[in-house]
Amino acid sequence: MEARVGETFRKRLIVFYIPLLMFLVALLFPFYWMMVTSVKPDVELYNARNAPFFVWHPTLSHWLYLFQNTIFTRWAWNTFCIATASTAVSLVAGVLAGYALSRLKFPGSTSFGIIIFITYLVPPTLLFIPLASVIAELRLLDSPWALILTYPTFLVPFSAWLLMGYFKTIPRELEECARIDGATRLQAMTKIVLPLGMPGILSAGIFSFTLSWNEFLYALVFISSPQQKTIPVGVVSELIKGDVFFWGALMAGALFGSIPIAFIYSFFVEHYVSGMTGAVKG
Amino acid sequence: MRGRPLLNTIPKNPTRATPSPGVLRSQEAAARQRLSRFATMTTWLENEAVLGYVLMAPALLLIVVFIAYPFSLGVWLSLTDKLVGKPANFIGLRNFTHLFESQIFWGTVWNTVFFTLTATVLKAVLGMWLAVLLNRKMRFARFIRATVLLPFIVPTVLRGLAWVWMFDATFSVFNWGLLWLWQTAEGLFNADFGYFRGPLWLGDPKWAMFSIILVNTWRGIPFFAISFLAGLQTVPSELYDAGDIDGATGWQKFWHITVPLIKPIAVVVIVFSFVITFADFQVVYVLTRGGPHNSTHLFATLAYQLGMASGNLGEGAAVALFMFPFLALVILWQLLYLRKEGNQ
Repeated sequence: MEARVGETFRKRLIVFYIPLLMFLVALLFPFYWMMVTSVKPDVELYNARNAPFFVWHPTLSHWLYLFQNTIFTRWAWNTFCIATASTAVSLVAGVLAGYALSRLKFPGSTSFGIIIFITYLVPPTLLFIPLASVIAELRLLDSPWALILTYPTFLVPFSAWLLMGYFKTIPRELEECARIDGATRLQAMTKIVLPLGMPGILSAGIFSFTLSWNEFLYALVFISSPQQKTIPVGVVSELIKGDVFFWGALMAGALFGSIPIAFIYSFFVEHYVSGMTGAVKG
Repeated sequence: MRGRPLLNTIPKNPTRATPSPGVLRSQEAAARQRLSRFATMTTWLENEAVLGYVLMAPALLLIVVFIAYPFSLGVWLSLTDKLVGKPANFIGLRNFTHLFESQIFWGTVWNTVFFTLTATVLKAVLGMWLAVLLNRKMRFARFIRATVLLPFIVPTVLRGLAWVWMFDATFSVFNWGLLWLWQTAEGLFNADFGYFRGPLWLGDPKWAMFSIILVNTWRGIPFFAISFLAGLQTVPSELYDAGDIDGATGWQKFWHITVPLIKPIAVVVIVFSFVITFADFQVVYVLTRGGPHNSTHLFATLAYQLGMASGNLGEGAAVALFMFPFLALVILWQLLYLRKEGNQ
């Protein structure tokens, strides 16, 4: 659907440029809004007569408030550690399961595949109440381990499903050659399939990391002390006191909670996209 | 040699540095045993079935402990009057009958259906439109595609907060913009329309529902657009050329070439998003917490309010379980659909 010869500029403007521009503005405006709000002095924030789109006297006071008067950096560190650990757990389990399901024939392998697929479609909201009891039984409430162990419930099925599809694209012959040369099955997996599957594993990893960074419900339910919170929960629960919203600081928190993940994403766009579309296609 | 006195291992004859043949033999035996144990393990792992189960074990363990067990626990909880910190008593289906008598519950059922259907249709239509736009050749295509995904990757609740502030009735963009339009219109028609009062976006039940649908759609469009785009890129351009030769219009080409070809991907994307939207929690929690007057509750937020905020775990678990039959149907249909596609 490229620009075709004979298409007038006017037509292109109406069917292409204007709609695309509208989409971009609509999709990106909230980010602009976060940014502008976070540097607006309160006088401008709570003045209904000002045009709200601009800032006349930018201030860093909300940013300073966020970093000095709240434990935002602590939340950021928690979020980072939990996301890294749960991604690692999920990748190990996901790679092994994905390999087994795509390469090995064993009794029950089809049903395991179906189980993985079903759990892939089980939303966290279905199970959070009994899961909270399980976490309490394991004495993990209010500990980062509660999240590191429960995030894989949605990350493992996703990674396994994605990697299953990816491993299938690696020619079986490569592995067979290695086996003829005397490699064991395990060696064939670690020396041939895993290195070749690296792009897929990276995709699964990036996607899992962003999912854990963004997770909200489990972190809200399993963690109660401010010290242990992750960014999304910390910002929502600690920066809103009752009905009082500190909009400047809140938007600064939202901004700085989004920047790291947007930064990581910018380096791995292609992997992220192939992870997303690959997971859907299976 | 563990457990034996150390002295025994010291050679009796100090001039001979090498250990006695007996000791040597026992060491050799131990080594051989270790080796053979290793060998049996590797031959064991050569067995496809054994290796398969070993590799599946971590994933299955996680699924059993954190999905299957909680699920059965959830079914049990829904049949009890469990409160936080109190022992559970079996009460049969009373939680469910209680819910059936509650207006809030039926309101939630209706909200969930309406919210899911509207948001999914909007996301699919707008996402498709955006995908078609992004599929054209243009400058900065990669950059634009990357930015389009931004609303999807940053944390939902944080984006949600930005929206809450945008919906603010007094100080924020929407009502300011509407007021501006109002005054401009007044100037244009040289008339006095009277006092302008913008909607209380999150404070009025109708507008609150509109708002959560809007935000959910906003966040989901990029996912649809990029997934559809991946599908569009597999459509060979010769087909469009052929369409051009036959004199097809843009719409005809879209309906007769694009749609049939990306249908397999589109169906999976839509079903997937349907499930996520149906089970949404974050958007509602941040924007309205189910209010005003419980008018925007979805299953997930009602379950949270009953189970966590009020500590009535039994009833909360029952509400969450209402999602299950529906999800089961979707999953079953999807499995059958994938199997059919696989056979083709």
